[in-house]
This record gives sequence, structure tokens and C-alpha cells, in this order.
Amino acid sequence: MSVNYGSRRIVVGAHYGLRDWLSQRVTAGLMGVFTLVVLAQVIFSRGPVGYDKWAGIFASQWMKVLTFAVIVALLWHVWVGMRDVFMDYVKPVGARLLLQIFTIVWLTGCAGWAVQVLWRL
Amino acid sequence: MTELAKKRPEFRNINAFSDLPSYRLPAAGWVSILHRVSGVLMFVLMPFIIWLFDTSLSSEISFARFRAAFDSGLWFVPGVLVKLVTLALIWAFLHHFIAGVRHLWMDVSHAAVSKSFGMRSAQVTLVVSLLLTVILGAKLFGLY
Repeated sequence: MSVNYGSRRIVVGAHYGLRDWLSQRVTAGLMGVFTLVVLAQVIFSRGPVGYDKWAGIFASQWMKVLTFAVIVALLWHVWVGMRDVFMDYVKPVGARLLLQIFTIVWLTGCAGWAVQVLWRL
Repeated sequence: MTELAKKRPEFRNINAFSDLPSYRLPAAGWVSILHRVSGVLMFVLMPFIIWLFDTSLSSEISFARFRAAFDSGLWFVPGVLVKLVTLALIWAFLHHFIAGVRHLWMDVSHAAVSKSFGMRSAQVTLVVSLLLTVILGAKLFGLY
């Protein structure tokens, strides 16, 4: 077996190591907690959930800050995930680059929209 | 010149229709590929998700529009199709969530990466996500 670590490591691809792996898990954890927080507020509210109750959940400042953090986490998480998918299935460099550019535009656009919704509430 | 990585076997000219159906995936394999499928599905439908977030939250009037989309449809899409797409999103979220928790669990626990636990947890992931989808889908389509 040839040596494939340290200075003799063969570098192909990108982002070796911990960063993407860890960021995907940390962002997943944050979104998981957010899901439970929203769910708890829906379940433990009295009476049917109409507009007032639903909008009330997102109206408090701490919830806005948390939701904002989740939107950024989502953006990051999905970027890592989609990039993994493209690296596995799309081999031609040009097509992969185009898809990655599309993903960046799609995600930042969506995140901007979500933040706008959140902060005009 | 650097040493070349050990050459991996390459499988070429795989026909998706004649070759792939004969592959029998174990439960963990299904969880894995469906984790990707559900993730990509939510990525593609993200504008619809944010549209739901927007209309349900912005005002009383938009909230009424949000509710109406499931009955009288949205733009040129009939209401039943809006419900079906929402159902697909519900499944995608549930599967991605539960499979993700399984992933995190396997990251932090040595006991969770045994062969038997891997199979059991994969089966639980598939069954629970489908079961919850059915329960929430019945609510979505007004069965209770």
C-alpha cells in the first residue's frame, strides 16, 4: 500500500477533511432544533391555528433571529449536499460548473426571499 | 510525479432501465439513495416552500390565498396537484429528517454502526417516515 497521507497525500477533488462534513452536521442539528421549536409551539397552542397564531410564532425577536440563523444554515447545508451530488454524478467539468453556478443563484435567491418575508413581519 | 491512487474498478455503459432494476439494495441502501432524492426534491421545490412561508405569514389576505391554493389551485396548477406536491414535500422532509438523525447517531455512537443496528435503524427510518407521511397526508386530503 502506498503512502497516502501527510506531504505525500494525493490531492484530487477539493475540501478534504473536516470542514464540509462538520458544517453539514452542525447546520443539520440547528435545523432539527428549529423544527422541534416550531412544532412545539404549534402543538401546544390552544385552539385552531389560524393566521394570528401562526404569524405570532414568528413575530417575536428571538424567533426571528433563530429563523434567520436557520435560513443561513439551510443555504450552507444545501450547498454542501448539492455539491456532493454533482461531484458524484456529473463528471463533465463544464456541466458541473454550470450546475454549481445555478445552485448558488437558486439558493441565494431563495434565502433572500425568505429573509425578506421574515423581516417585514 | 505523484504516486497514482489505487485504480478502482470502473463500470461503464450501465443501462438504467435494464441493469439497475436487477440490483437489490439493502434497507440502508434505500435510506441512503432516498436521502439524496429527498434532498434534491426539496432543493428543486424550494421556491414553492418559500411561497408557502410567504403567503401563510405575510397577512390575513395572503393567508387566505395560502389556504385557497389547496382547494382551488395555484396559477394553472389544480388544487389536488398542489396537495400531491405538498405530500411529496412532507415525505421528503420526514425521510430526510429521520435519516439525518440516524446519520448523526451513527456519527456519535460506536454501537450504532454494527451491521444489525444499521439494518434495523434503516428499516425503522423507512417505515416511520412512510407512516407519518400517510397520517399527515390523510389530514392534508381531509380524511379526518
